[in-house]
Amino acid sequence: MRTPISYFLVVSVLLFTVGTVGVLIRKNALLIFMSVELQLNAVNLALVAFSRQLGNLTGQVLAFFSMVVAAAEVVVGLAIIVSLYRKRRSADVDDASLLRG
Amino acid sequence: MSLPLTPFIVLLPLAGAAILLLTGKRWPGSSAGVLASTLVGGSFVLSVITLFGLLGRSGSDRLAVTHLWTWIHVGTLTVSVDFRVDPLSIVMAMTVTGVAALIHVYSIDYMQGDPRFPRFFAYLNLFVFFMLTLVLADNFLLLYLGWEGVGLCSYLLIGFWFERRAAAFAAKKAFIVTRIGDSAFLIGIVFIWLKFHSLSFATVFGRAHGLASGTATIIALLLFAGACGKSAQLPLHVWLPDAMEGPTPVSALIHAATMVTAGVYLVVRTHPIFEASGTALTVVAVVGIVTAIYAGFSAIGQDDIKRLLAYSTISQIGFMMFGAGVRAYAAAIFLLVTHAFFKALLFLGAGSVMHALPGDETDMTSMGGLRAAMPITGATWTIAALAMAGIPPFAGFFSKDQVVAAASGAGRYGLWAAALFGALLTAVYISRATFLTFYGKPRFRGHPHEPAFRMRLALVLLAMGAFAGGALGITATNGILAKFLRPVVGSVAEATHGLSELWLAVVSVVVAMVGIGLAAFVYLGKVDWQALRVRFAGPKRLLQRGFYVNDAYNGLLVAPGQAAAAFLAYVFDARVVDGAVNGLGTLFRAAAGAGRRVQTGLVRNYALGVLAGAVGVLVYLAVRF
Repeated sequence: MRTPISYFLVVSVLLFTVGTVGVLIRKNALLIFMSVELQLNAVNLALVAFSRQLGNLTGQVLAFFSMVVAAAEVVVGLAIIVSLYRKRRSADVDDASLLRG
Repeated sequence: MSLPLTPFIVLLPLAGAAILLLTGKRWPGSSAGVLASTLVGGSFVLSVITLFGLLGRSGSDRLAVTHLWTWIHVGTLTVSVDFRVDPLSIVMAMTVTGVAALIHVYSIDYMQGDPRFPRFFAYLNLFVFFMLTLVLADNFLLLYLGWEGVGLCSYLLIGFWFERRAAAFAAKKAFIVTRIGDSAFLIGIVFIWLKFHSLSFATVFGRAHGLASGTATIIALLLFAGACGKSAQLPLHVWLPDAMEGPTPVSALIHAATMVTAGVYLVVRTHPIFEASGTALTVVAVVGIVTAIYAGFSAIGQDDIKRLLAYSTISQIGFMMFGAGVRAYAAAIFLLVTHAFFKALLFLGAGSVMHALPGDETDMTSMGGLRAAMPITGATWTIAALAMAGIPPFAGFFSKDQVVAAASGAGRYGLWAAALFGALLTAVYISRATFLTFYGKPRFRGHPHEPAFRMRLALVLLAMGAFAGGALGITATNGILAKFLRPVVGSVAEATHGLSELWLAVVSVVVAMVGIGLAAFVYLGKVDWQALRVRFAGPKRLLQRGFYVNDAYNGLLVAPGQAAAAFLAYVFDARVVDGAVNGLGTLFRAAAGAGRRVQTGLVRNYALGVLAGAVGVLVYLAVRF
């Protein structure tokens, strides 16, 4: 018997919520970053689950794309964080508020 | 065969202007003036050579057009830079270059020590260049180029001492007032093109007699409006008396050679159009004679020697216009030529007097008896004055008499009587100026002396012209000038009405003598003219202010214009236009001030915003479906 799709979706929603809350309440740039990754993977999980449910491979292919883009984004994002840290000796995003209007 | 030297008549002064404008400061001492005088003198010599080239041909063949290049070629409109040498244009060219050359020579000494000495001569040369373009042009557009050019140069020269406020204003006034006429002239040129599809003189005049008289009247009156502006005829004369703010040689140049005569030349040159209309000719004659009498009265009331001469120019140009209006074109041009001599001489004489008296005195009531201290100036001035008053054998007698007589010969006795009255006024005002300045009891301050050599030279040469110029036209029908001009302006109409030429001349002389006698009675006799001035202060002021025409313009046109401009500048622009622009700016500033608070710079706030947006979209979708 197949696992019902609702199981996957509940896990996905939980993961996404954890990620969202992490982005909002964490101050360390690295942790925010990791929370973003959680959100991405929650979405990937949902995509794969829908793909399986509908018997259509498109969702899985999209998940792969999403992973590749996420990998590229990690590189850029980490580079930014590292250079920010070198500049300011801190990875606290609230310290980097130069664009305040 | 064309006359090969024609372009160089025009180019020499242009070269002088270019050289002096570009390298003026490198010419030490008075060398710039010598260069400019030489070039204009050269231009005069070339004109004389060209004249002999013309004289070597038979009467009907005396026309040579030199084509230089095609200036404008658009659609069916083709305008070339063509110079036309015919009897009329060569007479004008010789008058312009001859008188201008003497004025240049005079100016070398007159302008000595002026900080902008080379520039003055550059402008003088440019002035002569444009005037020559005007008189030698073979189409209306090239003529118009010269026409505008002399306007520009008059502006530059009247305002030459632009540090003086009055000079700067007078320059602007001259430019703006003549511009009114110029605009009409330009519209006239457009009409000519619409009617003839050509602007060249040969085509237009060849077909002018076929014009409907209404069309011809409109075109002729537009051209005449241009002539009125440039030649300072009523009602556009107000710029000329103010133009006295320029250096005196400039006044001489404007009055004698290079500017105000342009209008007379235009009327004579385009006379086929005026004749096609008929009405226009009457308008020209009436405007001319009214101007002559008006300016004659105004001149009598002047105390400033230069302003008196300015009004006398307006009056004399009025006579020329009158002559053209009664179809005595040759007489009008004859008067133009002799007037160039004696008017240049009068102005240069006035300049000498001003130089000799302390503080450049121009008030004739503070002169008197200068003849003793300045014999040459006094003698040459007297010759010019006699010429102007119309006493034989001086040049002005023949020319003025022929203009006046033409009205009688055409049977228009009313105009003739008016012209005689104008001649009487002429004799009165010029005698008054002469007696007040050079005769009677001395009233001047300082120790006047004769001017420098080159100034005296110019005076004497011009005096010879003013004395002997009459030889050009001893009789109206068979004078040298009348015969020479015949291919252009047609033969002079034989007098069919009125008195014979001899009797007309006698009447003219008697009128002139009466005028001189009147002035002598008041200013040389036992009459206490200074008491008369006080007693008739009101009428005197009326004459001196030129019947308040200028004041009327100031009140009716200038003051409302200035008030409107002030309203627009200080109320409408400052409040409404600036208010709208500044209001818009303030609005955006306020909006931005409120909006900038959203930009906290904190990444997590933005993330919250993203989340809120995403939730909002989701809710919207959920509600919608």
